[in-house]
Amino acid sequence: MTARPPETATGPIGRHGGAERAEPAPPQGRNPLERREARLAWGLLLPTVTAVALVVILPLLAIFWISVKPVGLADLRPPEPVVSEDLRGRPEAVGDEATLRYRLRNSSPDQPVANVVLTDLLPEGLEIGALDPRCTLEELALRCELGDFAGGHRETLEIPVTIGQAFADAGMELPDSPPGLTGRSANVLTSGNFTFENFARIFDGGEFWGVLWVTLVYTVFGTIGALVFGLFAALLLDRSFRGQGVLRGLFLFPYVAPVIAVAFTWIILFDPFSGSANALLIQMGVTNEAINFFGQRPLALIMVILFEVWRYFPLSFLFILARMQSIDTDMYEAADMDGASPFQQFWYLSMPQLLGILSVLFLLRFIWTFNKFDDIFLLTGGNAGTRTLTVNVYEQAFAVSNIGAGAAVAVVIFGCLLAFSYFFFRFLSQEEGL
Amino acid sequence: MSMIRHGYVAGPLIGLFWALVVATSVAVAFSFATGGAYRPGGLFAALLGAGLGALAVTSPRLAGPAGLCLGAALSITPLSPVVTGAEVSGWAALLAGGAAGAATGWPVAAMMAGCPAGALTRHEFEHAVIRFLTGFGYVFFTAIVLIPFYVMVMTSLKNQSELIRNPLDFSVDLSKGWDLFRSYSELFGQFGFGGYLWTSFLVSVLTVIITLLFAVPGAYAVARLRFTGRAAISRSILLIYMVPMIVLALPIYIAFSMAGLRNSIFGIVLIYPVTTIPVALYMLQGYFRGLPAEIEEAGLMDGLSRLKVIWTITLPLSMPAMASVSLYVFMIAWNEFLLAFMLLDDPSKFTLTRGIASLNSSEIPRQHLMAGSVIATVPIMALFLGLERFMTRGLTAGSVKG
Repeated sequence: MTARPPETATGPIGRHGGAERAEPAPPQGRNPLERREARLAWGLLLPTVTAVALVVILPLLAIFWISVKPVGLADLRPPEPVVSEDLRGRPEAVGDEATLRYRLRNSSPDQPVANVVLTDLLPEGLEIGALDPRCTLEELALRCELGDFAGGHRETLEIPVTIGQAFADAGMELPDSPPGLTGRSANVLTSGNFTFENFARIFDGGEFWGVLWVTLVYTVFGTIGALVFGLFAALLLDRSFRGQGVLRGLFLFPYVAPVIAVAFTWIILFDPFSGSANALLIQMGVTNEAINFFGQRPLALIMVILFEVWRYFPLSFLFILARMQSIDTDMYEAADMDGASPFQQFWYLSMPQLLGILSVLFLLRFIWTFNKFDDIFLLTGGNAGTRTLTVNVYEQAFAVSNIGAGAAVAVVIFGCLLAFSYFFFRFLSQEEGL
Repeated sequence: MSMIRHGYVAGPLIGLFWALVVATSVAVAFSFATGGAYRPGGLFAALLGAGLGALAVTSPRLAGPAGLCLGAALSITPLSPVVTGAEVSGWAALLAGGAAGAATGWPVAAMMAGCPAGALTRHEFEHAVIRFLTGFGYVFFTAIVLIPFYVMVMTSLKNQSELIRNPLDFSVDLSKGWDLFRSYSELFGQFGFGGYLWTSFLVSVLTVIITLLFAVPGAYAVARLRFTGRAAISRSILLIYMVPMIVLALPIYIAFSMAGLRNSIFGIVLIYPVTTIPVALYMLQGYFRGLPAEIEEAGLMDGLSRLKVIWTITLPLSMPAMASVSLYVFMIAWNEFLLAFMLLDDPSKFTLTRGIASLNSSEIPRQHLMAGSVIATVPIMALFLGLERFMTRGLTAGSVKG
């Protein structure tokens, strides 16, 4: 969009024509004004670009990083040493013997923790007996260097004590100061430990191709359905009559309502035991026994596609209606004069005009449907043959607790997305001049 | 095929199909309203419709009254267009039959208006078909949109045993008075939905404000200012708009876990605007492009700085767009489920959608779940119906140019 001055106009011929009529030289390069404008533009964009980079670009890079790491849900909490402290021996009076006990363990069953150090401030009025050789005591400060804890390591540290007057006065209770414990552990996320196992895992087993197939079926039919219904609804409302505004508002309800509310309503409506839809179908004699709409193999997929169509036809309807209302009515009058029938008018006049918006909508909706997660997750949880790629990310990461595999699926989704957007931009550039 | 383009064929055919549509709708409507057993009387409804269709072509004025009378009269014979179960009273059956007949007769007469009994021109025939399809479309779309919301509201007013006894019975017992709203009072009392409502509202409003603060300058820069990289930025906005949330949710979850931002409203307010900024930017820049640049240039000539121009000229001019973007962003934030679900575990900090998700367990009766859904749906619907014009215009004008 940078305004290039037409250089041909000041070419050799122009200069030849009138040397004395000094042609004003077109500005070359960027003048200060342009530079200032660009600086301002970047200044205005900077907050947005930073925020988006932080929350979109960085996580995307992180996804690529995690997808080649052997990391599970449990690894998010790095292994750490844990300690609990108590006083054993039930001392009752001054001079009683008791044992101060520290129970230590490694929180991770398989990861080691290095350089474990225990520090504690002992209460006053305790006479300390023999100390563990790893421990030192300076006045009341206890410090034990316990070395490395292997995965699942447990040990108990016992210090014999004799109760003194000050402790008995304080009520024979250990003070509420938890002992400090530090240790160094390797974090899988930042270590140099890489693996391709995540990808190998999701690609073999045959499950992946099933998931991909379901995703494609869901996306294609969901998109086309929403477009067709949207077109139909737009044709209905492309005329002015009383109540048109009300109907238009009504038709948008499914899109505006929170997805969680409508998804649960569908589940209850189609419940196999006490759902109204089943009761109605049985009463009308369509079926003899209750149908498990969201629990049977092909039916569940059909239902989630219907839900998608139901929820998103309003969006297509809105765009198509807006386009329809911008079509010149003169054209239809002329066609009427020429004797074109209503269907001919629709097919030969409206459709070509709507083709642009329809294809843009198709591409947009295709990508969004491909990315859809909430709907299927809420309706079936990805069961009964409705697991799409996005649901698979969640399944792998949180249900199977394998964050790495979830990230690998996310990388696959991102790859598909890049491919789609390539088509999208190629198409959109012609369509919209973007 | 040319046979069909005769009034005496097309009329009965359209009548037949329309009668089936009407009989089904009446049966469903009566079932849902009263819980009684109604079902469309397939063959008899079709026959009645065909008869009325023929009448509509020959004497259109008679079709409506004839439909009403015939439908009502047939409902006490076994030939009723709407078959009723044994426990349904005669009056209700009469009403259903009459309604079905009337809703067939008059519309069919209107559909066949201007069609002679003999050969039809292509125009006359297609107009009749289109009128039939339009009627069907209104009934169909209204039904599929309204039924789920009707079920949602009515279920929330019932109790578990009533629901299991007859899942079709949505009639409310008004004698129960305020007790009808027990689910709601329990949700607000014991489940803390008042707090969730407030949290959702707060989060959504903050999201709108932050989004606009970021998106307005950004959109203006992309729409108006010339700089290298403008095309790339313009495209990446769309691209980022398309990145699926679940892909980002995973690293965000990890980062928030490590930074201790999970379970905090602050974390949610931090992350929501970023998901809405690309949308807002895209919509706003479309609108800014449509504003005449001359007004701004005049302002510049008069010695205003760019920022002054944006503040005193562009922003006041784009109030409608700002309203629609705000509404849209509010809707996204209010309805957001995935991030709230993953990032919030502490019931004291739930948003509404997260609160509803927590109601989805076998121990909690499902009228509570529906009552929660109604609580989440009503505010956004009210807001949307009140400002529907903005919403429609903003969505379409900003995003995709025709």
